[in-house]
Amino acid sequence: MTLIDFLNRLLGREKPSGTLARERLQLVLAHDRSDLNPELLEQMRREILEVVQRYVEIDIEACDVSLETEDRVTALLANLPIRRARPVPLPRAETESESPPEDTTPPEDLTASEEMAEPVAPPQAADPAAVAEVGGGES
Amino acid sequence: MTSATARTILICSGKGGVGKTTLTANLGIALARLGHPVAVLDADFGLRNLDLLLGLENRIVYTAQEVLSESCRLEQALVRHKQEPNLSLLPAGNPRMLEWLTPEDMQKIVAQLAERFDYVLIDAPAGVEQGFRNAAAAAREAIVVTNPEVSAVRDADRVIGLLHSMEISPVQLVLNRVRPQMMANQEMLSVDEITEMLALPLLGLVLEDQQVIVSTNRGEPLTLGDVASPAAKGYRNIARRLDGENVPLLDPSKERRGLRARLLNKLRQTTGLF
Repeated sequence: MTLIDFLNRLLGREKPSGTLARERLQLVLAHDRSDLNPELLEQMRREILEVVQRYVEIDIEACDVSLETEDRVTALLANLPIRRARPVPLPRAETESESPPEDTTPPEDLTASEEMAEPVAPPQAADPAAVAEVGGGES
Repeated sequence: MTSATARTILICSGKGGVGKTTLTANLGIALARLGHPVAVLDADFGLRNLDLLLGLENRIVYTAQEVLSESCRLEQALVRHKQEPNLSLLPAGNPRMLEWLTPEDMQKIVAQLAERFDYVLIDAPAGVEQGFRNAAAAAREAIVVTNPEVSAVRDADRVIGLLHSMEISPVQLVLNRVRPQMMANQEMLSVDEITEMLALPLLGLVLEDQQVIVSTNRGEPLTLGDVASPAAKGYRNIARRLDGENVPLLDPSKERRGLRARLLNKLRQTTGLF
């Protein structure tokens, strides 16, 4: 450790590399183990939000769906802040021909939520192996 | 000892260069010194090296290939270690064997070894492809070797997933090339972090040690002598734990060397006296 590194650490400007290694590994292991590629994960995320939105109005901006792993068990964690419940559930949007249910604005909201997915599943990463590198560049 | 009680142990890592072969050689010698007949099988047919680390490269006549094609008996292919006669090596055959070798072939060889030895250590090739699967098919238990580095831990995780799906048990972890000072500075993944992420019981730690290179240069595994090197101690403890002895795990935070200890170590390394 050089003096500059030490000072940066002391001033809280920089995390020790061991901590970074752990954080990056936890993310990449969750993806490796789930065997879901980022595209599928994104599709699942979108569908989950769609279903939840039929019953409650959620804060799309603050939604977070991600994979986490502990003790070799991978869990899908969704944090979906609810604005308010809908007194009557919206009809199911089964086919694409069906018009989107009124009173919600799913198209715009969903595109906005795609950006949200960045840290978990960068769309440009085609296979899980690529996630490591993308994740690495993040911090 | 009958085949029912022989322990057939795969030594694997996923990533290359983390110390599989070095562990196989040292563990083989250490177990042999505990009084067990031990066979080490080089299952890395593509890039064999176990013979070299054991210093047996000039004594190979037949290999696993001739045993399988029945052009020699198993006893003829086994190379017995001169200084540690409890240990025998079954050398890897020609790299072209990879083209036709099946999991059943490996099972056949290992079953023969299991009739004659207490321990059969199988040195797996790196990777998770057919060569690894062949080697794994012949083992009941496994040791996964990894280093405190992101790529090694990630690859180990892949291998552990495969071992679980093959119902190999127990699967235990050896953490190799540990640098206590870097761990203390949080510039290296800690022992707890790694065992927690990989969710495996820790069989042992081996500290980073220049003596390992010296010993491979000579073709004499560290556990062969009575050198008090940190890595040799790690390997011996792993052998004893594997053999059922309760040996406390080393605490890396207590291994941070002060100036005096470092000077002593330097002196030991340069003189080779004590």
